[in-house]
Amino acid sequence: MKLLDKHAFFEKNSIFLLIGILIVISIGGLVEIVPLFYLENTIEKVEGMRPYTPLELAGRNIYVREGCYNCHSQMIRATRDEVERYGHYSLAAESMYDHPFQWGSKRNGPDLARVGNKYSDEWHREHMIKPSSVVPETIMPGYPFLAKANLKYSQIDMDLKVNQMIGVPYSDEQVENAIADLKAQLDEDSDDYDAFIERYPTAQVRDFDGNPAKISELDALIAYLQMLGTLVDFSLYNESENNR
Amino acid sequence: MSDDNKEIDEVTGTDTTGHEWDGIKELNTPMPRWWIYTFIVCCIWGFAYQFLYPSWPLIDSYYEGYFAETQRDRVHAELASYNQIRNISADKIKSMDLAAIKNDHDLNIFALEGGKAAFGDNCAPCHGTGAQGFVGYPNLNDDDWIWGGSLDDIHTTINYGIRGVHEDTRINEMPAYLRDELLNKAEINDVVTYVESLADNSIHPAAGSSEIFADNCALCHGEDGKGLQELGAPDLTDAIKLYVTDRDSMIDIVSYSRGGVMPSWNGRLDEATIKSLAIYVHTLGGGE
Repeated sequence: MKLLDKHAFFEKNSIFLLIGILIVISIGGLVEIVPLFYLENTIEKVEGMRPYTPLELAGRNIYVREGCYNCHSQMIRATRDEVERYGHYSLAAESMYDHPFQWGSKRNGPDLARVGNKYSDEWHREHMIKPSSVVPETIMPGYPFLAKANLKYSQIDMDLKVNQMIGVPYSDEQVENAIADLKAQLDEDSDDYDAFIERYPTAQVRDFDGNPAKISELDALIAYLQMLGTLVDFSLYNESENNR
Repeated sequence: MSDDNKEIDEVTGTDTTGHEWDGIKELNTPMPRWWIYTFIVCCIWGFAYQFLYPSWPLIDSYYEGYFAETQRDRVHAELASYNQIRNISADKIKSMDLAAIKNDHDLNIFALEGGKAAFGDNCAPCHGTGAQGFVGYPNLNDDDWIWGGSLDDIHTTINYGIRGVHEDTRINEMPAYLRDELLNKAEINDVVTYVESLADNSIHPAAGSSEIFADNCALCHGEDGKGLQELGAPDLTDAIKLYVTDRDSMIDIVSYSRGGVMPSWNGRLDEATIKSLAIYVHTLGGGE
């Protein structure tokens, strides 16, 4: 009992208690968190993942700004009911370019991990402006200002740059052309279209908010929503090899 | 604590902790036995758990545990066992044509139930939980079909969508008569009155408006305005409208065109589910 009696020392010297707590928690963190950074096999090998286009990234920023994650998750769990309702369970690879990830932990609304291409742009527009106009029983608030607000994209290249710094494989060319790419994704007839589609081969190009005269925040948000969960080609996905 | 101040409390017969605040002393009542035993059992359980289930990180992988349990295996097994039951009917649905499924009593019930569930998850956000539709999203309970209401037509629409991303998607585009300078405002006004008169005998269109209709609209909507399902041109002679809520909105559509998007479900849903949905939607009220 001699050693146990030493706790009086920690109880009487709060700074040592603090240091003691830090050491204990650090051990837990080292064992549980650090290996995820070096263990290659925690991320599945998939075909089709690419970094977000500048427009999608801008939409993602709005998603985070408006706190969508407070009511919507982006994580289809590996349970039968979720797989049958939302589609294939989410893979780690699908959020490997997310900083931070938007898995969420609360579902006042449905999971959005595979909402891409599930509804039309027009549906999203009406739904964002007034959700109850298309889903009468909804409790989601409206975001009518998104269609009116001009998207602030003058520094979107900096957003790409930061993502590049923390490991998202953006090329320097993609960073340099970020603003042109953002505009090109909204207009199939623009001169930058070919260069854009070469840099982001699977990107969807169209005017998302239905108002070609304006680059609105709604443009960016719908562009983001319409690509969620659509990148990984599950026909090429090896289930057994990637079992975790 | 130092044992110097330790004393036995007279009333309870229990040790005190030795702490004293202004004459108030603290009893050192021991934890209940059941609590201690539960704690010990949990420690043993925790110790064993690390050997039985995935736990420790290694150099390039992790320790999988004696049972090598993963949630993904579990969900695959669960899905497989349910699919085994479902596939008895689903495989038949995949291989049979839609009319034959509808005539088979058991398969029809299976398709209707499966279709109803899939409708709630996938179709209800646009077409409504009761399939009643909204402005811009067709009502599926009536017998007014834009792209056709036969089993095969409905199946094609669900499979490939309308103006969707699939290469075989249904697609058409109504001209924007004002924006593209095909008609002027007065002509549009006249032709809208003419279209209104198709559904309402009490409206008398201006002279010459039937020629405007014949020259511009009849190619798709038909000379009598009854529409052409092969082209996705709606019937203009009935009171069922997709976008039109008043005269202004009809002028707006003729001037600037309208066209919704229905996603392609091929690839997202499996063939049996899409066929079940076609049968479910066909049965809702207006299947042809």
